Amino acid sequence: MVEGSEKVVTAAQNIHTLRPDARVKLEIADLAISYGAQTILSDVNFSIYEHEIFGIIGPANAGKTSFIKAVNRMDMFTSSMHVDGQILFNGRDNKSLRNVYALRNRIGVVFPLPVGLPLSVYDNVALAPRLSGIKSKEKLDVIVERCLTRAALWDEVKDRLDSLGSLLSGGQQQRLTIARALSQDPELLMLDEFSIAVDPVTTMRIEDVLKELKKEVTIILVTNLVQQARRLADRTAFFLEGKCVEVGITEELFTGTVKDQRTRDYVEGRFG
Amino acid sequence: MFVATELNQQDRKVQGLCGILFMLMTGLLILPVLLILGTLIYKGGSVISAEFLFSEPTNGMTAGGIFPALYGTIWLVGVALLISVPLGVAAAVYLSEYAGDNWFTRAINLAIINLAGVPSIVHALFGVGAFVLFFGFGTSILAASLTLAIMTLPVVIVATRESLQAVPHAFREACWNMGATRWQTIRRVVLPNAVSGILTGVILEVSRTTGETAPIMFTGAAFFLPFLPESVFDQTMALSLHLYVVATQVPGVPEELPYGVALVLIAIVLLMNSLSIAFRMWLRGRKKW
Repeated sequence: MVEGSEKVVTAAQNIHTLRPDARVKLEIADLAISYGAQTILSDVNFSIYEHEIFGIIGPANAGKTSFIKAVNRMDMFTSSMHVDGQILFNGRDNKSLRNVYALRNRIGVVFPLPVGLPLSVYDNVALAPRLSGIKSKEKLDVIVERCLTRAALWDEVKDRLDSLGSLLSGGQQQRLTIARALSQDPELLMLDEFSIAVDPVTTMRIEDVLKELKKEVTIILVTNLVQQARRLADRTAFFLEGKCVEVGITEELFTGTVKDQRTRDYVEGRFG
Repeated sequence: MFVATELNQQDRKVQGLCGILFMLMTGLLILPVLLILGTLIYKGGSVISAEFLFSEPTNGMTAGGIFPALYGTIWLVGVALLISVPLGVAAAVYLSEYAGDNWFTRAINLAIINLAGVPSIVHALFGVGAFVLFFGFGTSILAASLTLAIMTLPVVIVATRESLQAVPHAFREACWNMGATRWQTIRRVVLPNAVSGILTGVILEVSRTTGETAPIMFTGAAFFLPFLPESVFDQTMALSLHLYVVATQVPGVPEELPYGVALVLIAIVLLMNSLSIAFRMWLRGRKKW
């Protein structure tokens, strides 16, 4: 545990008022992210607990996406990206993990821009299970149907599972991307503004699925839609100008006492 | 309101003139191709027959067919492909997918560009020194094909690297994020989507290799051989060298014979090129993203 970090302590108390038995899934300690000489996120300290939806809100350039990239060790793809501090996943520092593939396999990520791989719809969703060694057609069929159903896409594509995933419409591709993330059977699911490319009705359907999924996985939800965080997140962090300004039970940010007035201003739409 | 001013009219005239000028220039480009093909067909078309293609030269190469040369060219190009394609594709995959941007890869890129600029006669002399003499392959198909392979390697590498890089980076990241290793990503997503581009490059390479004369002259292609090659350690006749020989080295060859040989050679090249164009059109037809 990190000592002297007041935020971690308050956050922990917060979640335990909701769920006394909650266990830490992801612990962030003194996280700082920089690109070259430019620091874009620093002093991040909080823990994310199993089976919660953890919202991250904040205006553009607050460091939300970089945070997600750091959790998944995506700094390895960008030579200029540098991550300091610790991110403990299941108690293990993700930087000292040798097998980053296993780490990434346990973490599903969805980014704002949909990526339908140029494979068939079926192969898109079956890719991750295949990578982890599942070969049997029956098992794959079950996984594909379950994931596509959860991503609210099954009804639209069930008759053309062998058409190209990259040729679906933008919104469908985004749901395909979500289905693919689910197909990893992840312990942690990170969604970065997933609803940008998705129509409102489908967004609501996916939101319902996320509420269901919470029973099985931990979810980090980065969103520009403050109300979406309010609808879904148990707790929410507010990122602003490269700092984590506030972490608390979501409803508190909207109605309770806040530590920083800027948090209230943001959620009430007075700036951002 | 829509009446053309004097300035408008002038602009229109200039634009019309430009159109015509550029069209004429384009026409000039096509002219040599048509002239070459036309001359070859007019002068050499009469000798083309199944017998010409499938029989041996006779009477000190002043009559008969070209079969040994045709057969030898297929051998040379085939073996050269077997060497350069795996090597070139592997190098391109490394450069595009594994290597970072550092002095080492920059040096390799520079080497590739320079390798592409080396005159073919220099490649030939290198082939003699390295493969014929140093490795002791003698003048053989192996030595000639190795020389051809090294000469065409840059083409394969550049074509492969370009088609690999045409696969959007987002696909790779999406794959990596699922926990796929680099190789799994390459095998399942990158290569399948680049393979058609790679094949296009390979076909272009074939058409270029077919016509090369200098690199094989001293390394494996023979003036005249009374037998067909049986292994890669034999010498062979080759179409391009045969053309050079019957056109300039042998007295008393009837005029239409070299034209016939040239026609066959260019037909092979054109056939390969049209294959590659057809391939690319088919590709565009099934664009995947």
